[in-house]
Amino acid sequence: MMSRAASLRLGIVAIALVALEVACRSGAISDKVLVAPSRMVIAMAELLASGELLPDLEQTFSAVGIALCASVAGGVAAGLALHAMPVVRHALEPYLGAYYAIPHFAFYPLLVVMFGLGVMPLVLLASLFSMVVVIAATLTGLDRVPRVLLKTALLYRMTPWQSFWSIRLPAALPHLLSGVKLAVSYCFIAVIGGEFIMSTSGVGHQIALAYDNFQGARMYGLIVLVLLITVTTNMLLYGYERLAARRRGA
Amino acid sequence: MTERLRSALAPIAVLLFLLLIWQLMHRIVGNQALTAPVPTLEHLWRLVGEARFLPHLRETSFAFLQSLAIVWVAGVFFGVVLGAHRFAGEVMEPLIVGLYSIPKVTLYPVILLLFGLGMHAKVAFGILQGIIPVVLFSMNAVRNVNRSYLRAASVMQLTPLQRGWFVLMPAALPEIFSGLRIGFSLTVLGTMLGELFASQRGLGFLLMSAIELQDTKTILSIALLITTFAVTANMLLGAVERRLRRSQASNAERR
Repeated sequence: MMSRAASLRLGIVAIALVALEVACRSGAISDKVLVAPSRMVIAMAELLASGELLPDLEQTFSAVGIALCASVAGGVAAGLALHAMPVVRHALEPYLGAYYAIPHFAFYPLLVVMFGLGVMPLVLLASLFSMVVVIAATLTGLDRVPRVLLKTALLYRMTPWQSFWSIRLPAALPHLLSGVKLAVSYCFIAVIGGEFIMSTSGVGHQIALAYDNFQGARMYGLIVLVLLITVTTNMLLYGYERLAARRRGA
Repeated sequence: MTERLRSALAPIAVLLFLLLIWQLMHRIVGNQALTAPVPTLEHLWRLVGEARFLPHLRETSFAFLQSLAIVWVAGVFFGVVLGAHRFAGEVMEPLIVGLYSIPKVTLYPVILLLFGLGMHAKVAFGILQGIIPVVLFSMNAVRNVNRSYLRAASVMQLTPLQRGWFVLMPAALPEIFSGLRIGFSLTVLGTMLGELFASQRGLGFLLMSAIELQDTKTILSIALLITTFAVTANMLLGAVERRLRRSQASNAERR
């Protein structure tokens, strides 16, 4: 049974889509600016069916995947190290707080100059961009491990490794998970943004190319595809997060 | 060493360390890929002094200030409305969060088609990037306002406008301010991204033409300029935010 708010929300989205469809089909909005939603979906299906997009999809996804692994592994490791060294952490904290004020895309061209066009600068940009959110989540998670649990670890005379693996990590996991969720979004943003600015392949590059060649339907098809993929990924992670929370009895 | 002195020195030590890494990287990858810190600063100084630089700076600042004004005012307004009206907030929140998590760079061509090349597209893109956290933070801030304040407001029969201005705003201010700070950073990012993709003027345009010429010095100088601006502003806003939180906490204690 859907709540009243949820059904109203669905209604708003549906009405907006229908209104857009009607406005585009009737010619109130020129098809040079915006194509009808149904045509976007058809264009997307055609693109997927033709298979011409496969190399680009592969590049974008492998870049996002590698960057995500690097940023989660590096972020958790750095978070643990900083948590263990309060002096260093204290010195770095103002910079971590200001990190997302840095316009990262301004440094992408430098990475291209250093590493050449290809997956490498994209992966670097995305992992640098998303790592700090994982570090912050790890620190928050470790800070909030209940004292009782740490005392229990002492009572059981656990080794540092045991106490980390069976107490600290599980207790910090919910915070870590929300960090990973953000890192997924950030990796997508960085990779697609980078491909947009300067690249020779990838989904972002294809969107920019379609825009330059006035291929409206193709461009919107690609955009809808990217949005669908990211929204689905986010919803899956969100669902997993809720499942994990319920299992803990929260 | 006193505590205060140490807490001021530590970030400076980090800054020096970063400069050292920069210099080392320069040694490793060479002058073509990464200019050393001192020549970059010299180049930046010369660049700012040049007459052709000012119009670009003015263009970018103007676009940024317009976006920021709209992001702050409209963001807080919608956030407060959605936070105060519980049902409307419940309907809209998942939509807004969904919009927040998508890579908005993909929507850039749509903005260009809607607004055309130039100032409007830049401002629109800055708003698109910056407004959502402001809305979300203001909404949560208003929702978390102490219930007894609201009851006091209805006992005094305040009009909705008075209620918003005298009760909700002061109580929610510190948290709203966090939203404003994050919105600020994202608006910088948005405006600059807008200039990178398509424009004929502005710092982003200078950056893009420097990329085409492989002019590393200029790329680094402009990136450094924008970063310094963004980080400094972020720290100032952060200081104001901490002050607001402290004064609110001490007010709460006095009661």
